[in-house]
Amino acid sequence: MIEEQEARWQDAVLAAACLLIDGPGLGGLRLRARPGPVRDFWLEQTRALAQVGRPWRKIPLSCSESRLLGGLDLSATLRTGAPVMARGLLADVDGGVALLCMAERASPTLTAPLAALLDEPVLRIEREGVTSVQDCRISLIALDEGVDDEALAVTLQDRLALYLDLDTLSIAVLDDFPFARSDLDEARTRLSRVALPDAALASLCRATLALGIDSPRSALLAARTARCLAALAGRDAVGDEELERVLRLVLLPRATRLPAPPEPEQEEAAEPEAAQETSETPDEPPPSPPPEGGDDAEQDDSDRRERNQDQLDDERLLEAAEALLPADLLKRLAAGKLRSRRPRGAGKSGAQQRHLLRGRPMGSLPGDPRSGARLDLMATLRTAAPWQRLRGPSPGGARVRVQPDDFRVVRFRQRTQTVTVFVVDASGSSALYRLAEAKGAVELLLADCYVRRDEVALITFRGDHAELLLPPTRSLVRAKRSLSALPGGGGTPLASAIDTTAELLEQLDRRGVTPAYVMLTDGRANICRDGSAGREAATEEALAAAKQLRARSAAPGMVIDTSPRPHRSADRLARALDALYLPLPNADAAQLQAAVRQAAA
Amino acid sequence: MAKAFPFTAIVGQDEMKTALLVAAVDPSIGGVLVFGDRGTGKSTAIRALAALMPKIPMGDGCAFNCNPEEKRSFQCPRCAGGETPKTRMKPIPVVDLPLGATEDRVIGALDLERALHDGEKAFEPGLLARAHRGFLYIDEVNLLEDHIVDSLLDVAASGENVVEREGLSVRHPARFVLVGSGNPEEGELRPQLLDRFGLSVEVRTPQDIESRIEIVRQRDAFERDPDAFIKKQQRKEGRVRKKLQRARELIAEVDVPAEVLEAAARLCLALGTDGLRGELTLVRTARARAALDGRREAGLDDLRALAPSVLRHRLRRDPLDESGSTVRIDKALAELEAA
Repeated sequence: MIEEQEARWQDAVLAAACLLIDGPGLGGLRLRARPGPVRDFWLEQTRALAQVGRPWRKIPLSCSESRLLGGLDLSATLRTGAPVMARGLLADVDGGVALLCMAERASPTLTAPLAALLDEPVLRIEREGVTSVQDCRISLIALDEGVDDEALAVTLQDRLALYLDLDTLSIAVLDDFPFARSDLDEARTRLSRVALPDAALASLCRATLALGIDSPRSALLAARTARCLAALAGRDAVGDEELERVLRLVLLPRATRLPAPPEPEQEEAAEPEAAQETSETPDEPPPSPPPEGGDDAEQDDSDRRERNQDQLDDERLLEAAEALLPADLLKRLAAGKLRSRRPRGAGKSGAQQRHLLRGRPMGSLPGDPRSGARLDLMATLRTAAPWQRLRGPSPGGARVRVQPDDFRVVRFRQRTQTVTVFVVDASGSSALYRLAEAKGAVELLLADCYVRRDEVALITFRGDHAELLLPPTRSLVRAKRSLSALPGGGGTPLASAIDTTAELLEQLDRRGVTPAYVMLTDGRANICRDGSAGREAATEEALAAAKQLRARSAAPGMVIDTSPRPHRSADRLARALDALYLPLPNADAAQLQAAVRQAAA
Repeated sequence: MAKAFPFTAIVGQDEMKTALLVAAVDPSIGGVLVFGDRGTGKSTAIRALAALMPKIPMGDGCAFNCNPEEKRSFQCPRCAGGETPKTRMKPIPVVDLPLGATEDRVIGALDLERALHDGEKAFEPGLLARAHRGFLYIDEVNLLEDHIVDSLLDVAASGENVVEREGLSVRHPARFVLVGSGNPEEGELRPQLLDRFGLSVEVRTPQDIESRIEIVRQRDAFERDPDAFIKKQQRKEGRVRKKLQRARELIAEVDVPAEVLEAAARLCLALGTDGLRGELTLVRTARARAALDGRREAGLDDLRALAPSVLRHRLRRDPLDESGSTVRIDKALAELEAA
């Protein structure tokens, strides 16, 4: 056990070294760990070895776009009478390390500019009357504290070469980094001379293919990391040992499949299941990211390193990959918990601040135009006008003295975003009759949502629990995929389904969007919250849950009865939910859609 | 400044490269949308395009890139009003619309310096003015704020930017080739914006080992010594630039025979695309491709080569049908040949 831990700490040390040697080339490092002594120690040690005089800055989650990128310095502009640019955080951190705190929660306003900057080390700014293009090379450490499904935006994951998981590392193995700043400087100068043999390049590329890593960027980042490691070890060419390390630090965390060509049936099973992975059901084991190597694997690995000092070949690299794969990867593959090959995207970009800039103008308010709102020039001048005499002549020679308090920004009213939550009963009783039809109906409704630019979310329930199959998204491709992968059968845990729905509705209310829900079920509950069977108890529970939902959210809803004949239970459920009841005994998908459309209007 | 990776050194992705070149030959084709997997060199290709651009005549000192040889009605108020400015040859502009750009910089706004200092109301041209007669590139186009999309849509359709804000009232020409790139998993594109693109290209990650190795090798060589790498590609780049230049001159003379016109019409009919736009774009791309090849007559091959890019986003599709477009176009093309 302790050897495994030590090996992991060694990886962490080497990752830090690579980051310090060629941070901008590698993009940076994704550090998955909760805040704590281990993470602090690693950061402290890394910072102590960073190049002298280079910036080391934190980017807080609340950092606004104008602070991040820079923009107009209002007070200086007013003082001097000429536009003065305020440098943004990114420009400040040029040549150094930026730390993105709580990276898993970062919105596209933060992650997208960072991703663009890692792509091309040029900071382009077109904001608030300021135009600037400047070089800006940064390395990013993304502090990813995500649990369960929360994770750093995929665009950034793809661009950060290194991955570290320090979560289960014991304090006992922590040790000072075994190199000095001068070692790193030396490695940095050697870096440009380190050769990457064709065979090594080929085996890296082959490994990306075998591990199902799609982005060609990964192979490139892996190659650069290998160079850093070789430079640190004082070698002139990338060798075997470097490749094995790179496998652990760069490639395995991105693996989406096992290295051996999977049997067709295995792949079949993995594909649809992977789509389900978006679920956020609390009672599932948190799908921890793949990279932590099992202990045997680590031992195996060191054995192997001693054994083979001769020529390297790809098969061995793949073998190593297999041996290093975490033991539970296989299990997760079987259980469909493997990280989806098509990872979730935040399909709701910019939804939060749109009201600042769109919709119908509603008059103006005092405010800071740098936060992205539009300055209402006329109102600002009107506010400033009465004070002119008092303020006296301006030192910069401007005719009008405007102070920051005078600023007025335009406020807009916008139709709020609607999120339609579909709650689909996939239990045996429903599946028997109508699951296919319900799926069809949801697909048609999705098309409607697409036209209206609404977001959709999908909750399904069967067996003994309900799950959020698809968090609110605009991406129809994803909705469609998770829907078609939806299996049927099992009990009807109606109460859990209602609880999950209520939770989501509450969340959406808090986010400031307008939720609505459509529940497709026959209403015949037979599984209680605790998983025990029993029609009567389950029905009681479901009705109680329904009343709770009504208390928790005022979102409008409807219950579509999918049983072959209209049934009292679905009607009762609708009444408890205070939702619209639509018995549609023989309706097909198109009729369903028409009914929902009518009801929603 | 960081150097751009040369266009001619990009491995594979022929559909994307052809689409970009064709749009440069004939701007009326109407822009290119590049959608696809992460890390496939979408933005690299588009940024590399700037180095290939031939020079065009521009009014000296004109902030709106006016063409002095053009009709007055197509020029900015200054060029149309005063005496014709001197002509200067400048490369076709490729303008980046960075993430986080604010509306005032995109469409242009009050010149702050002059407003503050002199109390004067002057217009400061934005990115749309700079992109006139050139390219406007939007990376992560699906992450673009809706209010910026709104202002782009109208200008892209009319070729004229009308600014009515902050007491200003300005109009100036802004005809540009819109180039967008993005990953569809991060959000869909608004249908209206999709509609503005003449061509839509899908890029996929190469799944064969040779191209993967080649991609890393090229990129690696470039990063280790950008200057040497660019120098090595110089001749190739020069050839493409010349080809582009010649094609732009030749295009007016390229003949599109009746059989190509008919094939375009039949293809659109078979696929049930909306309106005339698809047909028109098919013909234009066929013509531009022939010009790029140095031929004076477009053939069926030209039509076939770019038909998927032209039609992919125009099919009246079930938005949920993902396998759809490309397969349907291929089928229609095969039927066309059989007939």
